[in-house]
Amino acid sequence: MRIVANYKHYKELNEEIFQAVQAGVAELTLEDVNGQRFIADCLKGKLNIDIYGTPGNDLGMFMDGPTVTVFGNAQDGVGNTMSSGKIIIHGDGRDILGHSMRGGKIFVRGDVGYRVGIHMKTYKSNVPIIVAGGRAGDFLGEYMAGGIIIVLGIHNRAKKAEILGDWVATGQHGGAIYVRGDVDESKLGNGASQFRVTADDEITIKKVLKEYCQVFGLDLEGLLDAEFTKIAPLSHRPYAALYTCE
Amino acid sequence: MCSILGIVNENRKRLSAKYIVEGISLMNDRCNGLGGGFAAYGLYPEYKDYYALHILLKDFELKDQVAEMLKDYVNIYKDEEIETRNVERISQDYIPWRFFVDVPERYTSDADNYIIDLAMKINNTGGALVISSGKNMGVFKAIGYPDEVARLYKLENYKAYMWLAHGRYPTNTRGWWGGAHPFSILDYSIVHNGEITSYGTNKRFLESYGYKCSYFTDSEVLAYLWDLLVRRHKLPIELASEVLAPPFWEQIERMPPEKRRIIEALRMTYGPAMVNGPFGIVIANGSGLTGTAGNGTMVGLSDRIKLRPLICARKNGTTFMASEESAIKAVCKNPDNVWAPHAGKPTVAMVNGDV
Amino acid sequence: MEMYSSVPEFRVDIDRQACRLCKRCIENCSFGALEWRDNKVKAFNDRCVACQRCVSMCPEDAIALRRTPSVMSAHPIWTENARRDVFTQSRTGAILLASTGNELHEQVIFDNLLLDACQVTNPAIDPLREPIELRTYIGRKPRFVELEELGDSLRLNTKLSPALKLEIPIMIAQMSYGAISVEAHEALARAAVMRGTTMGSGEGGLHKKLYPYADHIIVQVASGRFGVHPAYLEAGAAVEIKIGQGAKPGIGGHLPGTKITDEISETRMIPIGADAISPAPHHDIYSIEDLAQLVNALKEATRYKKPVLVKIAAVHNVAAICSGICRAGADAIVIDGFRAGTGATPKVIRDNVGIPVELALASVDQRLREEGIRNETSIIASGTIRNSGDVAKAIALGADAVKIGTAALIALGCTVCKRCYTGKCAWGIATQDPELRSRLDPVEGAQRVSNLLLAWSIELKEILGAAGINSIESLRGNRDRLRGYGLDHTTLEILGVQPAGS
Ligand code: SF4
Ligand code: SF4
Repeated sequence: MRIVANYKHYKELNEEIFQAVQAGVAELTLEDVNGQRFIADCLKGKLNIDIYGTPGNDLGMFMDGPTVTVFGNAQDGVGNTMSSGKIIIHGDGRDILGHSMRGGKIFVRGDVGYRVGIHMKTYKSNVPIIVAGGRAGDFLGEYMAGGIIIVLGIHNRAKKAEILGDWVATGQHGGAIYVRGDVDESKLGNGASQFRVTADDEITIKKVLKEYCQVFGLDLEGLLDAEFTKIAPLSHRPYAALYTCE
Repeated sequence: MCSILGIVNENRKRLSAKYIVEGISLMNDRCNGLGGGFAAYGLYPEYKDYYALHILLKDFELKDQVAEMLKDYVNIYKDEEIETRNVERISQDYIPWRFFVDVPERYTSDADNYIIDLAMKINNTGGALVISSGKNMGVFKAIGYPDEVARLYKLENYKAYMWLAHGRYPTNTRGWWGGAHPFSILDYSIVHNGEITSYGTNKRFLESYGYKCSYFTDSEVLAYLWDLLVRRHKLPIELASEVLAPPFWEQIERMPPEKRRIIEALRMTYGPAMVNGPFGIVIANGSGLTGTAGNGTMVGLSDRIKLRPLICARKNGTTFMASEESAIKAVCKNPDNVWAPHAGKPTVAMVNGDV
Repeated sequence: MEMYSSVPEFRVDIDRQACRLCKRCIENCSFGALEWRDNKVKAFNDRCVACQRCVSMCPEDAIALRRTPSVMSAHPIWTENARRDVFTQSRTGAILLASTGNELHEQVIFDNLLLDACQVTNPAIDPLREPIELRTYIGRKPRFVELEELGDSLRLNTKLSPALKLEIPIMIAQMSYGAISVEAHEALARAAVMRGTTMGSGEGGLHKKLYPYADHIIVQVASGRFGVHPAYLEAGAAVEIKIGQGAKPGIGGHLPGTKITDEISETRMIPIGADAISPAPHHDIYSIEDLAQLVNALKEATRYKKPVLVKIAAVHNVAAICSGICRAGADAIVIDGFRAGTGATPKVIRDNVGIPVELALASVDQRLREEGIRNETSIIASGTIRNSGDVAKAIALGADAVKIGTAALIALGCTVCKRCYTGKCAWGIATQDPELRSRLDPVEGAQRVSNLLLAWSIELKEILGAAGINSIESLRGNRDRLRGYGLDHTTLEILGVQPAGS
């Protein structure tokens, strides 16, 4: 089913989507989307939504199952507190992408902004995954408690910019960030440290990137043909000594 | 939460208000109708040598009083009411008036400061508010959503090569016409999204340089800081930005020695000018300031840990800066380039020059 | 003539059943309050100062100190203390001596000031993850920065004055060797190094043991000029001229000859056993222009490489005085409030002279701003900084940094028994007695002071983060982030603070 969003307010657009999904539509194409917020908010089950244009903030918030593909850039808050499903962005993602994400995947072909993957967490079999093709801004994986973030630095738009911003993984106490290439120690925030990737890590990276490459039609071998650096927490309780009483 | 948008054409091609109004209106969910406004540059080509004072008058009688006061200080070349139409949701709390003035011969060497002093004097009389005072530019603002304010002022009749727009969601101060953005001083105008946590420090710092903060808004403080740094202390825009959003000491320590010395000096000197808390701002500055050789510029800047959004785009010599990409796409469907600037690093669009 | 002699303040209760007669308490009591009589420990209650040494040394927890149960008839004006003082003076005909700070005025304005926090309209910043900066530079700042374009690069044409780089806006106050032991001095110096801040030498010179830490020590030049020589001036991180101190404004000092041991003699450069007298004024400063002269002499002596600080007691006319000091070229002014501590001061002065540091600080900061010279000097507040809340409030009122004295000593083990002037400090702090001194381990003491500074720094970051501020300079003078609670209109006006709820 095709919906032209044009200048519709988000309430109107999301109501149409909701009604369509209620009616059993499983394939949706949204055209002329521009700035409408909360698309696919809390939608569940098997569902494909293709978006042409620039969806507004909090795309796929609380989403649990659907696959959302954006042919363009997304705004802030993609996949906020998302449970499962997949969000594919053919352009750039912005700030707090994957905030508190607890499952599912977000694949971005281009750059991502600040505080990406902030406080994402693993619970049992739910392991959220974010892959950014370009660079990531400051505070990547801040307070990260679980899940996987991969930063490739291949479609780096701002050519001169470094792959990572500052204070990477500050307060990290779970999960792993894999960066294609070397990481300068000064980029790391409190609590995180660099490690060599293990054989297990390599398997994980390969598995995730295989899917990523399929989605964007990229060459997997070329991507894997580089050293990855792993960023992981030093401790699961970085603040144990912080408080005192008496 | 507020919405901001700036559009500038580097070749001084004058754009109709349609674009800025459409763009800012797309972000109405970011504001609550308690303040909207626009700044336009290249507005009065036929009077470009005069300071254009946009003054809000509480009542009609005040007009003569203000005119009398102005006559003591400046030559009034022309004055007229700024045309408005009735807009349902907007109550006409003020009558907007414009005066084109110039500064008497003997004060021309310091004309800018002379005009600032004059504006502050008028603001102190009560009832009259100078909302802009630059040349070939003007500010239009009121309580309402931005599109309503545009209709109120019949913005469709104006053209400008540089536009700023703001939709307000007031937090600290009540919604009133004077508190709406843009905030403007001389050729500088500023639109701002966020709330400054360092207001008291910034205000008291400015006071010791002779500024009087009478609007109790963050944007006023930002405008004065910019005026102090760029116009009075002649810092290049990049460094003035490093004052407002300085790098952290640990970042400074990693800089090459020469740069490090400069940034350290700036932080030590201008520590109280650092703007803390979340902000995204766009500052427009027309040309023609005495003492500055520069062209007109538009500068976009966010706080140093990026707590407020800012997106930029460019198409054929026109640069856009906005809170949301969709606002830009609303008026420019296929920009050549869209990018998210680094936190604390200015994006500068020069009129008659490069981005 | 028979007279009622005042009742002892404390009573040492010894649990006879628990006591195993080890005599440890007797050995430890430096005030001679416990003696061995008739095969048991006997307490002389009138000598007890409640310093807690015996309590903490007793292996059987057999000792408890109580306020004496014996009461005098109550009188609201003639308090027991007031009567006790009269008895004492009628017996001795002498000045009442006191230690630590003001006991007469209980209101601390800091406690009536409330800090702000963010809710909704802007985000609080998480201090544990996101960077929050406490670094502070003490010294004169230029009014603007001048740059020159040289082709593609910029040249800095503004010359910065020397400044003290502090990693935290908390410094350790000036306490002299003589008033406190060399062990205490060393502990404080080590702590200053550990936390990237400074301690003060005090006015008694610098023991040679302390020279390795001198780049974190502000060397003091006071009216007595003890131990002031070229090497001393050159060693310090900065030089501080002491005009006065909060616990005894306008009063000189006097270290009795009995305390001038050979090491103190060497450090102070005076003969063993001779009294060390600090005159009330500097006899080369009888007016403000003379202060300028001394400031310049010290700058000349240190080749303009070190900031020169001037410390004064907060007195009534403090704002005008500080304006003068600023114009005399001081790179920083230390304002010591009327609650500041000391080793020895006449009680009547301690309790009645000077004004609270909160008010002094607020009016000085405002005055310097009005005169457009606030950038020319830093302001350091001291006298009643008890916790990180006080630090934050002082900075919001306008201080660049604060100094702590009593709090640092408490970290070293001081129990505020108020008997420093006796030189018998049971905790090895305010004493020169080798046996007592050996009770204080400088390394362990340094760790405790360092811990305290660390804890306060983290708390400061919490306070800043909650207020949505990520650098201490944005709290400085930010009185908008304070509210007064239970303060009268005039006080609020002087503080430049709005009442809570407005
Ligand atoms: S220290 Fe305790 S156990 Fe030892 S003699 Fe004193 S009271 Fe008794
Ligand atoms: S330093 Fe010693 S003598 Fe002075 S108050 Fe503290 S414990 Fe008592």
